[in-house]
Amino acid sequence: MSLKHAQEYRDPVIARRLADRIAAASRRPIRLMEVCGTHTMSIFRHGIRSLLPETITLLSGPGCPVCVTAQSDIDAFIALARKPEVIVATFGDLMRVPGTESSLQLERAAGADIRIVYSTFDALTIAAEHPDKKIVFMGVGFETTAPTIAASLSAARDMGRKNFFVFSAHKLVPPALEALMNFPGVALDGFILPGHVSVILGEDGYRSFFERFSVPCVITGFEPVDILQGIFRLAMQVESGTPALENAYPRAVTAEGNQKARQLMDAVFEPADAVWRGLGTIAQSGLKIRATYADFDAARHFDLALPEPVEPKGCACGDILTGAKTPPECALFKTVCTPMDPVGPCMVSSEGTCAAYYRYTE
Amino acid sequence: MCLAIPSKIVQKSGNLAVIDVDGVRRDANLMLLEDAEVGDWVIVHAGFAIHKIDEKSALETISFLREAAEFSERQP
Ligand code: SF4
Repeated sequence: MSLKHAQEYRDPVIARRLADRIAAASRRPIRLMEVCGTHTMSIFRHGIRSLLPETITLLSGPGCPVCVTAQSDIDAFIALARKPEVIVATFGDLMRVPGTESSLQLERAAGADIRIVYSTFDALTIAAEHPDKKIVFMGVGFETTAPTIAASLSAARDMGRKNFFVFSAHKLVPPALEALMNFPGVALDGFILPGHVSVILGEDGYRSFFERFSVPCVITGFEPVDILQGIFRLAMQVESGTPALENAYPRAVTAEGNQKARQLMDAVFEPADAVWRGLGTIAQSGLKIRATYADFDAARHFDLALPEPVEPKGCACGDILTGAKTPPECALFKTVCTPMDPVGPCMVSSEGTCAAYYRYTE
Repeated sequence: MCLAIPSKIVQKSGNLAVIDVDGVRRDANLMLLEDAEVGDWVIVHAGFAIHKIDEKSALETISFLREAAEFSERQP
């Protein structure tokens, strides 16, 4: 009962039948990308790949927020953690991501005050408890997370809080889709669009991308029946030669999305160029804090001396995030790089493609 | 970072709610929703409810899929 609207979407009979329909419909070999890390995990956990015909190849995209965070931003987090007046508040995923010289976890072992929080409001509470310290929240995530950070900044301003800051490394999904379409060597036949980014953006959020590229796009939920339905619709679009932007997750995603969340996000942030691991700099694909919230902007407030960023040696995360390589094609996968001792962010994050392959494949 | 399953609001006071996530109780902030009441099913991300599940559409989609499955069961 507590899984209402999830249980039904795990019905094995419906899943099996959808898989049969995919097998019957799909003739041409196609490459589909699931953009979201939660999809990657769900596809593995429910063994979706084993249900699909050989014609369908699923690739994992740049949808794990920690994984796409640029090395220079990881280095900035570490530099912030080293400041004696700072308490860093972060989601847990970031702790073990290796920067050029260190990681947040190593900094904590060396004495830095780093707190793992579940929501930005926990970070605001820490700020209230430590008026003599500066609390810096590490802002990593897509359109789903950015409104929650915006909410905390708006609340911080209302409360007149002077010791709360955000370092914004947020990223936007539609500009990344566009970059992927233009990326050399990435030939994609369709996108399994993220579920919860779409809750915020709505179907309309992808309209201009779709109109420019005419590539099959289906907004998809996270349960097995959702995912198979998304793949079925993509396969049908390819076979019939009629690309469309479809919403296969209407119980969660509307045409216009969550406008209240977007208004708050727009009030606090503005689009800016951003560097992505694997994809490089993408125009207007990130969010920076607006001048009206400058007092809360860690990037403006702190002077950060950063090392020349160097990505982990031998790590193929960049190629994995664009679908150019799969984890077994990385020489370090499972030999040197494991979840216990990760070399790159794609193995660190629970949503990372390398971590998913490690856990679920032989 | 995404909680893929919906949660139920079991208590509410102002913008703060207690939710039930598959049997586990957690706090959730309701600031990003227009309206939400005890008993509603919501999608929660990083401590914030971001969407109220559309029950009607949830049931419609599944019954449509179930019918399609039964139909293809009968026509192998
Ligand atoms: S297996 Fe490890 S080293 Fe190789 S790409 Fe993945 S994270 Fe990087």
